[in-house]
Amino acid sequence: MYSKVKTCVLQGLNGFVVEVETDISKGLPVFNIVGLPDISIKESKERVRTSIKNSGYEFPLNRITINLAPANIKKEGSQIDLAIAVGILSAMGMVVECNFSNIAFIGELALDGKVNKIEGALPMVISLREKGIKSIVIPYENKDECGIIDDINIIPVKNLNQLISFLKGNEKIKSYKRDISELLKIEEKLEEDFADIKGQEGLKRALEVAASGFHNIIIIGSPGSGKTMSARRLPTILPDLTFEESIETTKIYSVAGLLNKNSLINKRPFRSPHHTASSSSLIGGGRIPKPGEVSLAHNGVLFLDELPEFKKNALEALRQPIEDGNVTISRVNATLNYPSKFMLVASMNPCPCGYLGDPNHECTCTVNSIDKYLGKISQPLLDRIDIHIEVMPVEYNDLSRNTKTESSQDIKKRVNKAREIQLKRYSNENIFSNGQLTAKGVKNYCKLDNKSEKIMKQAFKKFKFSARSYNKILKVGRTIADLDGEEIIREKHILEAIQYRSLDKKYWG
Amino acid sequence: MSGFSNKETLIWLNKIRVSNIAASKLLEYFENIADIWKISNEEILNIGCIRKSVRQKIISNRQESILENTLEEIEKNNINVMTVLDEDYPDRLRYIYDNPTVLYYKGYFSKVDKLSLGIVGSRKATSYGKWASEKFSSELAELGITVVSGMARGIDTEAHKGALKGKGRTIAILGSGLDIIYPKNNRKLYDKICECGAVVSEFPIGTEPFPANFPQRNRIISGLSLGILVIEATEKSGSLITVEHAIEQGKEVFALPGNINSIFSRGTNCLIKDGAKIVMDIEDILEEINEFNHIITKGEEEVDYSQLSSMEIKIVECIKKEPIHCDNIVYMTGLDISTVSSTLTILELKGVVKELPGRIYVLS
Repeated sequence: MYSKVKTCVLQGLNGFVVEVETDISKGLPVFNIVGLPDISIKESKERVRTSIKNSGYEFPLNRITINLAPANIKKEGSQIDLAIAVGILSAMGMVVECNFSNIAFIGELALDGKVNKIEGALPMVISLREKGIKSIVIPYENKDECGIIDDINIIPVKNLNQLISFLKGNEKIKSYKRDISELLKIEEKLEEDFADIKGQEGLKRALEVAASGFHNIIIIGSPGSGKTMSARRLPTILPDLTFEESIETTKIYSVAGLLNKNSLINKRPFRSPHHTASSSSLIGGGRIPKPGEVSLAHNGVLFLDELPEFKKNALEALRQPIEDGNVTISRVNATLNYPSKFMLVASMNPCPCGYLGDPNHECTCTVNSIDKYLGKISQPLLDRIDIHIEVMPVEYNDLSRNTKTESSQDIKKRVNKAREIQLKRYSNENIFSNGQLTAKGVKNYCKLDNKSEKIMKQAFKKFKFSARSYNKILKVGRTIADLDGEEIIREKHILEAIQYRSLDKKYWG
Repeated sequence: MSGFSNKETLIWLNKIRVSNIAASKLLEYFENIADIWKISNEEILNIGCIRKSVRQKIISNRQESILENTLEEIEKNNINVMTVLDEDYPDRLRYIYDNPTVLYYKGYFSKVDKLSLGIVGSRKATSYGKWASEKFSSELAELGITVVSGMARGIDTEAHKGALKGKGRTIAILGSGLDIIYPKNNRKLYDKICECGAVVSEFPIGTEPFPANFPQRNRIISGLSLGILVIEATEKSGSLITVEHAIEQGKEVFALPGNINSIFSRGTNCLIKDGAKIVMDIEDILEEINEFNHIITKGEEEVDYSQLSSMEIKIVECIKKEPIHCDNIVYMTGLDISTVSSTLTILELKGVVKELPGRIYVLS
């Protein structure tokens, strides 16, 4: 007897429909799987056999051949278990009533017949929907993450028996749906707030500008100046995730197996890998490449504390993902592509001892050691960072000062407004923020008035900026103008933007 | 017998090595010192205010040819002469003890030489001393202060070089006649000083650089200056003689501290122990001497408010008091950070303020 059922395998975040063909014919009892299965699929023989047996069915003592079509791509993942089991049962004639053309099965089997949770369920469901599949059987434990997808029947099953009675029509399982608006609304009480930061007006403003325009930012300052503290509060002023962005990010977390209970990433991710991180943990990798920190920070923030302490090759590897917004990882087994549109927030000391320029401490570094320290950050990487901001340790007076500090909520309102302007402006482009503008985009969208043009000229002469700084200043100026709700970049916007480049001449000049 | 003026008579007295003190007494004795040519030998022998050997010297050298030859030499060497009788004779020298009655000079004296400082030190100088000498004199020269020194080897040479480097004026007081350049390899320096200041000597033309001349000329160095900076001195250095003169003349004494193990700094360190002002930077000198005070304050009041908007003035006022972080400007002015940031950029472009590492601003 022959049967054909559909399942899915992932390549990166893209799912392919795989047809599981099963043939049971007379002969010596053999169980073969062909069609480039990897080791996890070969092992599924044992799981399928035992779980069918333990679900109360007899496993056929015949020659069983399974083909995974298309047979020329490599397949991996234990989620094929369920489709193989259904294929065998169907070929045995247990579930003949069912039409398998519009239904797909994903799930891993336990030996007792239970359907186990899998990784990457969400991207599979999304890909299958795109391929025209109408219903998908998924493990019960994956229902929350998949329930957010519209226009498709999500059928969560707990075990093989339940699935069979569903397929036979004995049991109705309601398609699982979640209320998306409810999910996105979940407002966790913010533990951290910008109002906690005393003093540091300059830094707070720079972070506001960076958040509005999705600009990469580097914070330089001596120990105790509040670099890490403020960077950690950055997510509280980032604009809300849109539903599409949320799905994109959730897909990555689903593949990485990092989804939490809520199972929808509804806040912008904030990733802060330790500085011992290798380049593959940052970029992604492994025998079968998994998303790295840059992808996990997709649509959110990648915070690199103590930037020069990172391995040089790890830092250099960041250049392509920053530039392209996605990262391509090639391994012998596969070449995968993960999105990586993140905002880089880096912090560093001005010198190895940390006290260069500090009014209260003496710097003990030699000129050589400072050069070496700063030299770890290459010019190409620096070129990709729009905003540089220097901070000073907060003085006691500032800590005890009772000036009104703005809460994250207030700042976020302005940020959201600026972001809306950008979304509208770039609706026809492939980008969504000023930070992503290319040189050509800068020319089109960053219009200066006469006065600001003159200022730019003066500043170039005075500070000896390079041509690449020119674009950065315009981009940041664009964002500052957006924060003001201005169509044209005015003098004061440019003047403020210049402030965020002054490090160029000072440290790396 | 007499066609000579008073001034020429003084030159003659100088030439025949009548001491300054004796010459001064003769100036008091005669209404017109030129009368010395007219009176008889007997009358000269009766001048009671000078010693007998001086009277003899005058009588034996009372030959017109000596003076005529001297004047010719002066003319030939292109040398200017100034005597106490001249109005442009430096006032500061006029009132010191044993002041030179005659000064030979090349180059010119200027009004700005009133602001002057002597820099002295040993001939065998260490690299530290040479460095400090050049550094301080060039900084002083940049502020318009004339550097006075002795054009000897070592510290003196560096002091002159530094002043020239600072594009200021410098005066060299020699221990020889102006036609004899000592040390010889300072010829270039000698020429440059003639252009940018003056080379001065109280010794008649042709005087060899006898060792005894140098302590003597030191009183002119201190006399011309408002104060003396001793860069390096051993315990028995000639520079200490200059210090003695300076103290006698009521001038300030500054000393550069040095390594206590260095014999070249033994003298200066002792000076500091005895109460000389220790000099670590040029401010230490400027604040001590009243005449220099306006130089210090000049920098602070230079901001030209007429070119600035009211907001810019508000921010400049904050920066004026001390170097200040931009956050503190926000608190002091009550303006918001974006306004402060952009205004600071304008001020930077205008060259009014300067950013230091850590977003700290100072007036430039």
